[in-house]
Amino acid sequence: MTADHPRPPPRRRFVLGRNELKGLFWQALVVGIAVGVIAFLWSNTVTNLSARRITTGFAFLGREAGMPISDSLLAYNPRDSYLWAFVVGVANTLRVAVIGIVLATILGTLIGISRLSANWLLSRVAAVYVETLRDIPLLLQLLFWYVLMQALPAARAAWRPVEGVFLSNRGLILPAIPFGPPQLAVLGTAVLGCAVFFLVRRWLVVQQMRDGKPRPAWPFALGLIVVMPVAISLVLGVSWTIEWPQLRGFNFVGGLTLAPEYFALLIALVTYTSAFIAEIVRSGIQSVPRGQWDAANALGLRRSFMLRQIILPQALRVIVPPMTSQYLNLTKNSSLAVAIGYQDVVSIANTTLNQTGQAIEAIALIMAVFLTISLSISFFMNWYNSRIALVER
Amino acid sequence: MTAITDMPETPRAARRPQPGNPVLHWLRKNLFSSIPNGIITVLLLALLAKGIFSFVQWGIANAVWLTPTGDSSACRAARGLGACWAIIPEKYRFILFGTYPFDEQWRPALSVVLFIALYYLSTRRALWRRELVYLWIGALALISLLMWGGVLGLSFVSQDRWGGLPVTLILATFGLAFGFPLGILVALGRRSKLPAIRSLSVLYVELIRGVPLVSLLFMASVMFPLFMPAGFNIDKLLRAQIAIILFAGAYLAEVIRGGLQAVPRGQYEAADALGLSYWRKHRLIILPQAIRHVIPPLVNTFIAFFKDTSLVLIIGIFDLLTTAKTAIIDPAWQQFSVEVYIFVAAIYFVFCFAMSRYSRSLEARTTPK
Repeated sequence: MTADHPRPPPRRRFVLGRNELKGLFWQALVVGIAVGVIAFLWSNTVTNLSARRITTGFAFLGREAGMPISDSLLAYNPRDSYLWAFVVGVANTLRVAVIGIVLATILGTLIGISRLSANWLLSRVAAVYVETLRDIPLLLQLLFWYVLMQALPAARAAWRPVEGVFLSNRGLILPAIPFGPPQLAVLGTAVLGCAVFFLVRRWLVVQQMRDGKPRPAWPFALGLIVVMPVAISLVLGVSWTIEWPQLRGFNFVGGLTLAPEYFALLIALVTYTSAFIAEIVRSGIQSVPRGQWDAANALGLRRSFMLRQIILPQALRVIVPPMTSQYLNLTKNSSLAVAIGYQDVVSIANTTLNQTGQAIEAIALIMAVFLTISLSISFFMNWYNSRIALVER
Repeated sequence: MTAITDMPETPRAARRPQPGNPVLHWLRKNLFSSIPNGIITVLLLALLAKGIFSFVQWGIANAVWLTPTGDSSACRAARGLGACWAIIPEKYRFILFGTYPFDEQWRPALSVVLFIALYYLSTRRALWRRELVYLWIGALALISLLMWGGVLGLSFVSQDRWGGLPVTLILATFGLAFGFPLGILVALGRRSKLPAIRSLSVLYVELIRGVPLVSLLFMASVMFPLFMPAGFNIDKLLRAQIAIILFAGAYLAEVIRGGLQAVPRGQYEAADALGLSYWRKHRLIILPQAIRHVIPPLVNTFIAFFKDTSLVLIIGIFDLLTTAKTAIIDPAWQQFSVEVYIFVAAIYFVFCFAMSRYSRSLEARTTPK
C-alpha cells in the first residue's frame, strides 16, 4: 500500500451478522428479565407501603429519633434527629473499624513474622493461634468475648493490671489526656509537619540523585514533627496533664472508658482479622526469593537496612492486595456489633427501621455508608499499591 | 564460576559429625540458637505452662462433669473454680437439633450423617465426574425428605421447628449448591462481550460484596414481605437461604472469574476453531480447567461461607449458634455460657479445620515444587 494514495476504508454497511443478532437477543432477554423482576418487586413494594401508610423518601430523617445511644463518640441525645443518629452510628462504625485495622495490622504482622521464626516453639504457638482463630466463626468469638466481659468483677473489685488501668464489667478504663481544640491544634501541627517532612525528604532524594551527596533527613524530621508542635504547645500554653480514673461510689470518674460492648467487639475483630493478616504477611515474606536475602547479605548490608530496603518492598507487593480485602472484611464484620448491642450504623439503621418502617431507606443508607467506606479503602489501597508496584524498565 | 557450580553436591553437614546428643542438638538449633531466642523460649514456656495449668485446673481438675438431670447446684457450687461440662449432656439435644420433635430427632441426626458423607465423597478425586452432580441432587432430596417427612409414615415437621446443626449444614450446603451455578453464570457474564450482561453482572457482584451480610439478612427478613404481592409470604428460613445464596453467588463468581482468567487464550481459540457453541465451549473445555485452577481458593471461600451462616442468629433463625445461645437462657444454667460456646466452637472448628487441611493437601498436590 502506498502512503500517498490511501485507500478509503470500505464502507461498512449496517448489517447485523448472525452472531450480533444472537448477542442482541440474549442481552434483550436478560435485561428484559431484570427489568421485569425489578418492576414487579417495585410495584409490590409501592402497593404494600401505601397499604401500610408509609411514605417513601428521606423526610423521616429530620424527625426526632427518640432512641437512646449509650456509647458514642459524638454528642447525642434522644431528642436529636434520625439523621444525627445515623451520623453517630457512622462515627461508631469508623471508631471500631479504624482502630481495629491499625491494631490487627500490628498484631497480624507480629504473628506472621513469628510463624517464620527460627524458634520452633514460637512458630508453633503462632501456627496454633492462626489455625484456631481462623476456624471458628467470628460471631461466636464475639459472643464469647462479650460473655467474658460480663463475667468480670464489678467496678468496686475491678482488676488493676497496671496502676491507673481498671478492668471490670463496666469495661476497660484507661488514664487519658482530656482532648479539646487546643490539643487538637497541636496534634494537627504535628500531622502537618509529617506531610511537609514527606515532601522535604522527596526533595532531598532528588538532590542526592543529582550530585550523589547523601543529605541527612533527620534534622528536618526533628524540626517539623517534634520541635514545631512542642513550640506551639508552649506558646499557647496547652495543658497535657493526664487524667487518672478514680472509683467514686459504684462507677469511675475521669479517664477514658471503653465500654464492654466496644471492647469485646474490638478484641474479637482484631484477633480474628490478625490471624488472616498473619498468613498474608507470612506468604508475602516467603514470596521473596532466597537469592535476594543472599545478595543483600553478600553486599554486607545491615540487617535493618536489608529488611527495610530489599525485603519489605518486594514482600509488600504480594501483601497489599489481599490486605485490602482483609481491611474491607474487618469493616464489614464490624456490623456484627448488632449482636452484642454496640450501636454501629447497622444497629441504628435497624432500630430506625423498626421504629419508622422505612425499610428501603434504612437499607439504602446502610448500603451507601458501606459502599463509601469500601470504595475509600480500596481507593487508598490501590493508590498505595500502585506506588509500591514493580516498575519494569 | 564453573569451578564452583561444578562441585559435587554433597551437603557439607552430612560429612561433619553430629555434635553429641541429637536431642540437645535439636534443642540448641530450634530453641536456643541465640540469646534473644533463648529468652523468647523461656518466656513462652513460662506463659504456656501458666496458661495450660490454669486451663487444666478449670477445665479438668475442678470441673463438674455430670449432674442429675436438671440440677445445676453442683455447677453453681464450683462456679469460678471449675468448668461446668455437665451442661453439655443436659442440653446437647437442644443445641444439636433445636426444637425438632424429641422422638423424631433421629431424622436430623441421620441428615447430618448424610451431609458428612456427601462432603466426604465430594473430596474424592475419582468421583469428580458428572455423576457427582446427580449424587448431590439425590442426597439433598433425601435430606429434605427426612427433615420434612409427611410421606412414608414419617410425620410432617414444619421448618420453623428445625434447629441446630442440621440448619447450619442446610444453609451452608444449599447455599453452595445454588450459589455455585449462580456464581458460574455471573462470572461468565462478567467476562461476556455483551455490554448489558457484563454491566448487570458487575453491578450485582459489587453491590453484594460492598455491603455486610448482616444487612443482606436484614433485608431478607424485613424487606422481603414488602417486595411480594400482598398475602404472599414465604418462610423465614427460606428467605435467609435466598439471601445466603445471593451472597455466596457473588463471592464465588469472583473466585471463578480468577480461574477463567487463568485459562490460556489458546484454549478458547481452539474451542472456537472446533466450531463449538458458546455453552458447549465453556462446559467442555473452559470451565473444567478454570475450576481446577481455583479449587484451593474455592475451598477457602466455602470455609468462610460455612462460618458466615452463623450470622443468621441476628435475624433469629435457629442454627447451631442460636440454639447454643438459647440453651443458656435457662435461668438454672445461665452462668455457664462459656462451656457451651466452647462446645459449639469445637463443632465449627472440626468442620472448618477438616476443610482447610483438605485445601492445603490439594494445594500441595497441584502446585509444582
